[in-house]
Amino acid sequence: MQALTNKAQAVNRKPMTLLERLYLINIIKGMLITFSHMFKKQPTIRYPEEKREFSPVFRGLHVLNRDEEGRERCTACGLCAVACPAEAITMEAAERVEGEESLYREEKYAAKYEINMLRCIFCGLCEDACPKDAIYLSETFAPANYTRKGFIYGKTDLLIPNPLTEAGAFAEAKGVEA
Amino acid sequence: MTILALDWGFIIEKLIMIAIVVFASLGIALYTTFGERKVAAILQDRPGPSRAGPFGLLQPLADGLKLIMKEEIIPNAASKWLFILGPGLAMTASLMTCAVIPWGSAVDVFGRHVELQIADVNIGILYVFAVVSMGVYGIMIGGWASNNKFSLMSALRAASQAISYELAMGLALIALLMTTGSLSLKTIVEQQVQGHWWNVVYQPLGFLIFFITAMAECNRTPFDLPEAENELNFGYHQEYSSMKLGFYLFAEYINMIMSSAIMACMYFGGYDLPFFNEASVAPNVAALIGLGTLLIKIVLFIFLFMWIRWTIPRFRYDQLMGLGWKTLIPLALFNMLLTGAVILAKL
Repeated sequence: MQALTNKAQAVNRKPMTLLERLYLINIIKGMLITFSHMFKKQPTIRYPEEKREFSPVFRGLHVLNRDEEGRERCTACGLCAVACPAEAITMEAAERVEGEESLYREEKYAAKYEINMLRCIFCGLCEDACPKDAIYLSETFAPANYTRKGFIYGKTDLLIPNPLTEAGAFAEAKGVEA
Repeated sequence: MTILALDWGFIIEKLIMIAIVVFASLGIALYTTFGERKVAAILQDRPGPSRAGPFGLLQPLADGLKLIMKEEIIPNAASKWLFILGPGLAMTASLMTCAVIPWGSAVDVFGRHVELQIADVNIGILYVFAVVSMGVYGIMIGGWASNNKFSLMSALRAASQAISYELAMGLALIALLMTTGSLSLKTIVEQQVQGHWWNVVYQPLGFLIFFITAMAECNRTPFDLPEAENELNFGYHQEYSSMKLGFYLFAEYINMIMSSAIMACMYFGGYDLPFFNEASVAPNVAALIGLGTLLIKIVLFIFLFMWIRWTIPRFRYDQLMGLGWKTLIPLALFNMLLTGAVILAKL
């Protein structure tokens, strides 16, 4: 039969020599190989103490952003919820009242903003959809939880710390944005 | 009237020694499981257990605690007494071996001359063989009493494997006994301490056969067919839980330690430290150095066992039988004839 490709390798079917049939020498060869692995560097990352660096484009947990004056940028337009292919985002809008100008940047804000981290596929489409630069994906991932409810992240979990009152925490949260 | 003439000191001395040896064996077996996991990890470029305590040293204690705290399950269809007897027998048989191993020469404590050996039986090796053969009953009874097909298959395998390999082991030993002329382990070791060479120099082939068969007797990979995880589902201890399972696992490690000790005594000079004159230091110090030497030899053998385990895959059943009956037994017979011929020629 004509070969279809030239990749075929002829199998060596010559009978084993006495040394090969003794098997011992090959066992010793194999043992030397395993022994040499004792001196190899371990690729293990000892997790809680050592953490693996994520790539700058890593898409992790969501963060709701604030502007320089510490006001929430989100206007509850719902574009992120529309863009979300997993339908993980729900929100309720509310109107800003007199005296809340230092809290919310625009007249409308998100009174409730929830992301179900079990539904979320971390695609980052919400980040792309947002016209106000209010949501972005950080470089941390959702930690384990005991209940399904625990994976529904509300505004308290998502909002970035206020740059005016908690400058250090804000810088830290901002840092992981990269 | 002989009861009154009993040397009570002697009995207390032996009881203390038995306690020390049994508990030391259990402790060493505990840490051999740790060593096994650590060696396996290092040979596979992993760190191994490293969380419990410094370097993971408390891991075996945690494992032991876990085994004790687990629920004790006896299957409905199992025959209850045999089910309990199995692990007990396996453990007893493996611990009984340590009675004849000479751990060192002798020390003088409080004016007493204490031999570092529980019993210097003049048929020590025969005793070891008798006890080791009993060990297979632990596996067989456990496998039978579980009333599980896999366990039964495994018990059958274990029995046939033990019988085929004990034969070659015995034949390899006969050649050694022809050169030593004694069945007492103490005498064999003393001959090596006094003589120029260790027995392995006179009996290299015999040692190789003994080593392979010892590995098979301990059910270590490449001969771990009785427990073959992927075909027999852990075999004879499949139905076991809690400390009964722990006894089986421990018995395996104690078997390994004991066969290492016996190999060290019979072929590698026991407590003999090479190029060292025992007479140059105090007898007590010399005995302790000897004890340390034997322990180091045992550890090296255990490492070799583990090293082989994590290198070579398991034999197929027909290969195992083929190796035992068609290779090892003829080789052992040849070795025996050769030894006999050399002894005759020297006469």
